[in-house]
Amino acid sequence: MIDRYQAIQQILKRVKPDDLVLSTTGMISREVFTADDRTANFYMIGSMGLLSSFGLGLALLSPEQKVYVLEGDGSALMSLGTLPLIATEHPANLVHIILDNEAYESTGAQPSISSNVELADLGRAAGYPHVTRVDDIEALEGAISECQGDSGPYLVVVKSGIAPVEGIGRVSHSPTEIRDRFKSSVLKENEAQC
Amino acid sequence: MDAQTFWEALKGRGFTFFAGVPDSTFGSAYKTMMTDPDIRYVPAVREDVALGVASAAYFTGRRAGVIMQNSGVGNVVNPLTSFSLMYKIPVLLIVGWRGYGGPPNDAPEHWIMGAKSPEFFDLLEMPHETLEPDNLESALDRLIAAMDEGSTPGALLVRAGVIE
Repeated sequence: MIDRYQAIQQILKRVKPDDLVLSTTGMISREVFTADDRTANFYMIGSMGLLSSFGLGLALLSPEQKVYVLEGDGSALMSLGTLPLIATEHPANLVHIILDNEAYESTGAQPSISSNVELADLGRAAGYPHVTRVDDIEALEGAISECQGDSGPYLVVVKSGIAPVEGIGRVSHSPTEIRDRFKSSVLKENEAQC
Repeated sequence: MDAQTFWEALKGRGFTFFAGVPDSTFGSAYKTMMTDPDIRYVPAVREDVALGVASAAYFTGRRAGVIMQNSGVGNVVNPLTSFSLMYKIPVLLIVGWRGYGGPPNDAPEHWIMGAKSPEFFDLLEMPHETLEPDNLESALDRLIAAMDEGSTPGALLVRAGVIE
C-alpha cells in the first residue's frame, strides 16, 4: 500500500512542464492542488466519472502533449465503459492512473467494490497495451518511468491506503480561472507545433 | 435536406470533431459523417462520455459536437451542470428528437422525453434551436452566436425526416 498523497507527489515529480495533468473530483484534486498547483493542471471539481473521457479527447486533439489522468477507483468504476473506448482510440500520449484505495474516501471512506474487482485486469481486458499494478513506491517509480515512452495508452493502478492529509486545502481558483489557465497551457503547446 | 448539406453547414462553421451515440433520426447522415475525411468522430459508449471527449476541443481552439438521442439527455444533465455550464465550456449537442408530438408517434419509451426535451434545456438555461427543413443556416447561426456569447453549451433538436 502507498499513501495516496505520497503517490501523487511522486507522479507530479516526473511530470514535465508542458504535460497536462487532469484530476478527478474530491480529495484527488485537492491533493494535486496542494502538492503542485501548475497552470497545466485541470481540476475537475465536479462530474465524477467524466475525467477519463475528457482526458481521451485532449490526448486525441493534442497528440504532442502527454496527458495524465488521475482518478480514483470510484470514478473509474463509474465510467468503466470509457476503458475500452480509450483502448480503441489508443492515444499514445495518454497516461491513465487509477489511485485505488477501495473506498469513496472523499465522502467518508465508504467501501467501493474494487476490493473484489481487479481494475488492472479490467484494463487488460479493455485492450490497454500497457497495464501495471503497483503497491509500493519503488514499483510506482518504475511504472511512471515506463509511461515516459510514446506507445500508450498506459494504465497504472496504484493500490493506495486511506490516509487523509491533515488540513488539506480546497482548490482556490474559480472554475473559469481553472479553465482559462489550462486552455492557455494547451494552446501554447499546439501553437508551438505549428 | 440531404445529409451532405447538413454536415457542410457544420464544417463551414468550424465543427470537425464529434463524439456521440447513434440515433435513427439521423439515418444516412450518420454514415455520411463517419466516412467524411474532414470529420473526426469518436464512437462514445454513453452520452456523458461523448460530452467529455468533445469538450476537449474547446481547449485546442476548435469547435465540437455531441451526437445523441434525446433519451440520453438524462445522462448529460450532471456533466452539463457541474462541468460544461460551471466552467463555461461550449459544445454543440445535436439531439435526435424521438417521440416528437407524443402518442401515437414513435415508441412508448420516447413519449415522456419526447414531450419534455426542450424543457430540459430551458431549465438549464441553455440555448436551443429546432432544425426545420428550411432553417439550417439561420438556426445554426442563431445557436452558435448564443453559445459564443454566453460561452455555453447549446442544443440543436432534430426531428425524424428533417435530414434525409
